[in-house]
Amino acid sequence: MNMNIQAQLPKTAFEAALIDGFAEQLSKLAGTDAVAANRLAAIEALKVSGLPTRRIEAWHYTDLRQLLRAVPAGRADVAIADLAPLLDDCRVLRVVNGQAISGAEIDGISLSPVADLMNRGDFDNALRPRGSDDAVGRLNAAFVSDGFALEFAGDRVFSTPVELQNLHSGGQVHVRFPVTIGAGSKATIVERQSGAGPAFVSSIADVDIGAGAEIVWLILQEQDSKTDHLGQINIKLAKDARLTLFVMNTGGKLVRQDINVDVAGEGADFTLRAVNLLGGDSHTDVTMVVDHREAETTSNQVVRNVAIDRARGVFQGQIRVAPVAQKTDARMACNTLLLSDDAEFSTKPELEIFADDVQCGHGATVAEIEQDQLFYLMSRGISEKAARGLLVKAFLAEIVEELDDEHTVTALERKLDQWFEQNG
Amino acid sequence: MLEIKNLHAKIADSGVEIINGLNLTVRAGEVAAIMGPNGSGKSTLSYILAGRSDYEVTSGDILYNGQSILEMDPAERATAGVFLAFQYPMEIPGVATMEFLKTAINSQRKARGENPLSIPDLMRTVKSAAGELDIDFAMLKRPLNVGFSGGEKKRAEILQMKLLEPNLCVLDETDSGLDIDALKIVSNGVNSLRSPDRAIIVITHYQRLLEYIVPDSVHVLYRGRIVKSGDKSLAQHLENNGYAEIIGEAA
Repeated sequence: MNMNIQAQLPKTAFEAALIDGFAEQLSKLAGTDAVAANRLAAIEALKVSGLPTRRIEAWHYTDLRQLLRAVPAGRADVAIADLAPLLDDCRVLRVVNGQAISGAEIDGISLSPVADLMNRGDFDNALRPRGSDDAVGRLNAAFVSDGFALEFAGDRVFSTPVELQNLHSGGQVHVRFPVTIGAGSKATIVERQSGAGPAFVSSIADVDIGAGAEIVWLILQEQDSKTDHLGQINIKLAKDARLTLFVMNTGGKLVRQDINVDVAGEGADFTLRAVNLLGGDSHTDVTMVVDHREAETTSNQVVRNVAIDRARGVFQGQIRVAPVAQKTDARMACNTLLLSDDAEFSTKPELEIFADDVQCGHGATVAEIEQDQLFYLMSRGISEKAARGLLVKAFLAEIVEELDDEHTVTALERKLDQWFEQNG
Repeated sequence: MLEIKNLHAKIADSGVEIINGLNLTVRAGEVAAIMGPNGSGKSTLSYILAGRSDYEVTSGDILYNGQSILEMDPAERATAGVFLAFQYPMEIPGVATMEFLKTAINSQRKARGENPLSIPDLMRTVKSAAGELDIDFAMLKRPLNVGFSGGEKKRAEILQMKLLEPNLCVLDETDSGLDIDALKIVSNGVNSLRSPDRAIIVITHYQRLLEYIVPDSVHVLYRGRIVKSGDKSLAQHLENNGYAEIIGEAA
C-alpha cells in the first residue's frame, strides 16, 4: 500500500541526467538478463515517480528532489590515495570507483565480487527495492556496478576485523555488500565511505546475522564536502543474534543513511550508537526502522549530534513491535548540541506498538553547552575555547566509550579529534 | 595579595544585590576565614573571585597583586593563580578525571610559557599528590566527579589545588559533607599548601574546620559585607555565642 503517491512533477536536471545516462551505462554494467530487467524496472519507476519530495513521509526532512542537483562526471584519471584502515591489523577489501579490487583470501570467509554474482545469475532476485519509498534501493538497483559479497563461516571467532572500503575519485559510484554471518560466530566489520571531489554515491549493505552470532559493525562516512552519499544497511537478526551498529557521519554534502533492522529471532538484540558531526552546509539524515517481530527481543539506540556552521541534521527513528513480540524492550534517545545559531536538527521518534507486554521509550534533547560545566573547567585555567571543545567531545565520547574494544574506542576518538581540529 | 574595595555585586539575571560594600584585605602568607550565617553572600563572594558570569560587579574593585581582575575571565584568573575549591564541584560525564587534570595543568603551563608535563612526569606528580589525600588512583580514571561521594569530590578539589599550585586559594565550605577522618585528610592537604607567598581564604559555616586549619584572621560576612574582623578567637566566640550579637552590633 502506498499512501504517498505524488503527482507527476517535471523532471529535474538531476533526474533527467540520471535517466538519460542509464541507457549508456546499462551496456557496461554487469549482470544477466534478469539483473538488467531489474535495473530497467528501477529506472522506469524513477521515470514515473521521480525522486521523493518532502511529501513522502520517509523523506519529509530530506527532499531528495530539491537536494540532488547535479550528476557529477567521473574523474577516472584522478589517483586515489590509500585510506589507512581504522583498526590496526585488519583485512581490507577495497572497492575503487565502483570496482571491487581482488585481494588475498581470508580464512573462514567466502568472498566474491558482486559483479561476478550478477553475471553468474546469483543476483537475479537481489536487486529489488524494499518498497516504493525506497529511493536508495531503487537508484542502487539501477546503477550498481560491483561490491563484495562475504560469507562468514559459522561457530568461529574472527579476531581480525574486516574493513570494507568504498573509495572514489568523483563521479557516480553504486555498490553493494551482501554479507552473511554463520550461526555462533563473532566478528567486527568496518565500513568506510570516503572519496574526493564531486560524486554521487549509493552503497547498500545487506547483513544477515545467524543464530547466536555477535557482530560489531562500524560505518564511517567521511565523504568530501562535494559528495552526495546515500547509504543503506539492511539487517536481519536470527534467534539470540546480537549486533552493535556504530555509525559516524563526519562528511558529505547531502547524506542519507538508512538503517533497516529486522529483529526476527527470539532473544535477538540490536544496539545502535550514532555520532553525527555536522558542519559547513551539509545535510545529514539518519533514518532508522527497527521491527521487533519476535518475543523477548531488545533494542537500544543512542544518537548524538553536534552541529556547527549552517549544517542541518535529521534523525528519524521508528520502532515497531509486532503483536507476537511480547516482552520487547526498546529504548531510543537522540541528543543534539547546536553550536551555531544557523545550525539545525530535526528529530522524529515514532513508536508503533501492537503487543501489550512491552517496554518502549524514547527521548530527544537539543541543547547548548552547560554554563556551569564551562565555568568549572575554565576555573581550572582551561581557556573557553578548549573547555567548550572538551565538553563537546565528552558529549560524544560518552557513547564511543561504551564500545567494548579499547582499540576501537581509541581509533574512533582519534576521528573525533581530527574532526574538531579541522572544524574547531 | 588580595584587596577587595567597596565591592557591590548583583545577580546578573534578577538584579538582586548580594554583595553590598564589601572590604577585605588578605596578605600573602595569611589564612583568612570568612564566616557568616546562611545567605550572607559567602558562596557568591567565592564565585565572584573566580569570575563566574552569573554575577555582575556594579561598583568597587578586586585587586590581586595590585591589579584589578574584574575584566579577566575565569581561565585567565586561574592562570594568574586564583583557585576556587567548589562547595559543589560540577560533574562532567565523558571527561576522565586524569585527562582533565592533564588538560588543566598543561593549559596553565602553556599560558605561563612552560613546556607541557610529559605523561610519566604527570602520572608521578598526580600519583604522589593523590596518595597524600588518600585518593584511590582508580578514581582518577572515572569521569570527573561523576558518581563520586561527597568526600571524594572534596578531596578531588584539594588534589586539583595541590597540583595547580595557586597563589590565592579560596575554599568554599570545603568541610560540608565530610566525616571527621576526611576532614583531617583535607585539612592536612590545605595546611601543606600554607606558605609565605600564598594566601588562603577559608569560607565556612562552622568553627570545626578552623580547629584543623587555624586561621590568622577571621571575618564575619553579613548581608554582603564584612561586619567584624578579628583573630582566631573570634571564631571561637562565634561558636559559643552565635551570630546574633555581632549581627545586632552591625544593624
